[in-house]
Amino acid sequence: MGRKSNNWLLIAPMYIFTLLFVAGPLIYMLVLSFLQKADVWGVEFVFTLKNYLKIGKQVYLNTFWESIKLAFATTALTLLIGYPFGYFMAKLPEKRKTLFMLLIVIPFWTNALMRMYGWIILFRSNGLIEQGLMALGLIDDSLKMLYNYKAVLAGMVYALLPFMILSVYSSAEKMDWTLVEAAKDLGAKSWQAFVTITLKLTLPGILSGVILVFIPSMGLFFIADILGGGKIMLVGNLIQNQLMSTRDWPFAAALAVILMLFTTLFIWGYKKITHSDELEGLL
Amino acid sequence: MSQDVLILKGIEKSFGETRVLQGIDLHIAQGEFLTLLGSSGCGKTTTIRIVAGLETPDAGQVLLDGEDVTDKEPYQRNVNTVFQNYALFPHMNVEENIGYGLKLKKKSKQQIHEAVMEALKLVQLEGYEKRMPSELSGGQRQRVAIARSIINEPKVLLLDEPLGALDLQLRRQMQLELKRLQKKLGITFIYITHDQEEALNMSDRIAVMKDGRFVQIGTAHEIYDHPRTAYVARFVGNANIIHVDGQTLAVRSENIQLMSQKMDEMDRLPENVDHQKSFVGGLPGMIKEKSFVGGMLRIVIALEDGTEVIASRHGIDADWEPGQSCFVYWEPQAGVTVEEE
Repeated sequence: MGRKSNNWLLIAPMYIFTLLFVAGPLIYMLVLSFLQKADVWGVEFVFTLKNYLKIGKQVYLNTFWESIKLAFATTALTLLIGYPFGYFMAKLPEKRKTLFMLLIVIPFWTNALMRMYGWIILFRSNGLIEQGLMALGLIDDSLKMLYNYKAVLAGMVYALLPFMILSVYSSAEKMDWTLVEAAKDLGAKSWQAFVTITLKLTLPGILSGVILVFIPSMGLFFIADILGGGKIMLVGNLIQNQLMSTRDWPFAAALAVILMLFTTLFIWGYKKITHSDELEGLL
Repeated sequence: MSQDVLILKGIEKSFGETRVLQGIDLHIAQGEFLTLLGSSGCGKTTTIRIVAGLETPDAGQVLLDGEDVTDKEPYQRNVNTVFQNYALFPHMNVEENIGYGLKLKKKSKQQIHEAVMEALKLVQLEGYEKRMPSELSGGQRQRVAIARSIINEPKVLLLDEPLGALDLQLRRQMQLELKRLQKKLGITFIYITHDQEEALNMSDRIAVMKDGRFVQIGTAHEIYDHPRTAYVARFVGNANIIHVDGQTLAVRSENIQLMSQKMDEMDRLPENVDHQKSFVGGLPGMIKEKSFVGGMLRIVIALEDGTEVIASRHGIDADWEPGQSCFVYWEPQAGVTVEEE
């Protein structure tokens, strides 16, 4: 009985957990994606590539394309808002930092679905905001703020912004600001010092924020459902539909596999750019 | 020492309620090595940050080569800083770090490369150009930081305790190298330190700072031998401050003589005392402590008015024991009249 066997016993639960709950479902999904939908219920064990070929149809390609566009728009907007937010938060005095951190985290204590319904109460036609604006005499007619692409985009940005802020913050917090002073001292204008020093050193935070926002925004379906009023179809919605309504599990699995490949490609790109194996901040 | 390259006029600066600089006036000649000497918190760093443009003074003027640069941005001043923690850019290698300033000036790649190689040669770091800062030792980082600053050929180079993080031996070596570099390049240096030995070794002139003011500015010799105030005498020369006949005297510890009894000037003297010399003082006191410090005997004497006097030198009478009473003497020229703070 050497030490090695004892060690193995300690590590074993981790392997078992991983096999059961990570590798298992993945393999199940992969296998499923090559099977055929049964007429009434479940699947037939017949190998086919038809599910993947089906994704090539214009309507599904459009869905992917819409999802990617929305994901890019969401990521760009969260970056645009989240970067300055995280950057200035890192420069605040200690006490203020804690306050802002709390303000960012508090919404997480409420279910995301609830928060989306909260948005509806605020933004719907004749909702609180419209009533307020009408009372002020700023508008006469409904703005129709909900159930369109903009509403979905706003909802996505709202839901995913904290991930961007916290990622940027965690790398900006580690910044040595004398480096910026050194750059200015060596002849850099403020914007030059920002581009050559601050931006470069907070790049890992930006990239991990981008990944943490981009990946979920490809898959989040309930925001498009609730704020898009069923008019916006994303890959996430498509998968959910195929799984729950159409009951075409193999096709849903094939869609999920493609989505996952896309995600993996993205993380691989991240590693390439940053030469880093760890995601900054939250992961 | 021709004309003044840098002039500070009545510089004042406060952070919140704290008045960090309370009227700084300074003229620095081209090619001079000036040291700002003072304990931490005396305003040394704030002074050079104002020269660099990293802080704006509340009042006063900074003139660089006769031009008023008080409100100019750092990039508009031909002044560079060697920061205390080196502040090397961690994502750039040695060559990119050193070439940073020239790249901003839009010099060609060839020009930058040549200048970097030249600078590396000056600081004796040839062959290190592709290393990252994290792969360098403290001393090497220091050299890179210096090379990065001098490559811009600044009119004034500001050094904020550049050797503070190095061990003693390396520090001595770097002191000599910095001095050599400064002579070779002819760049004006403003050097910050709290180490009086370093200041005395390297500087053309020393400005002793206390509470945001210059207490005395002068050559090492002037500061050491003719301290203006009790603070300077204590800080630079480790001198004893003795109050006698309504005067404040600074007497360095190697000049303190101890006698077992009061003597008249021409009286018989103990064996250790040079018979040719005359002595003054004769203050009664009691031996408090005796120890060896750095190969020298160090005796602490408490005078009757409570002042502590330290006598320290080779060949001091080793028979003294704590508790014994004694009389403190010194040669007349060893006691320098200083101003009380």
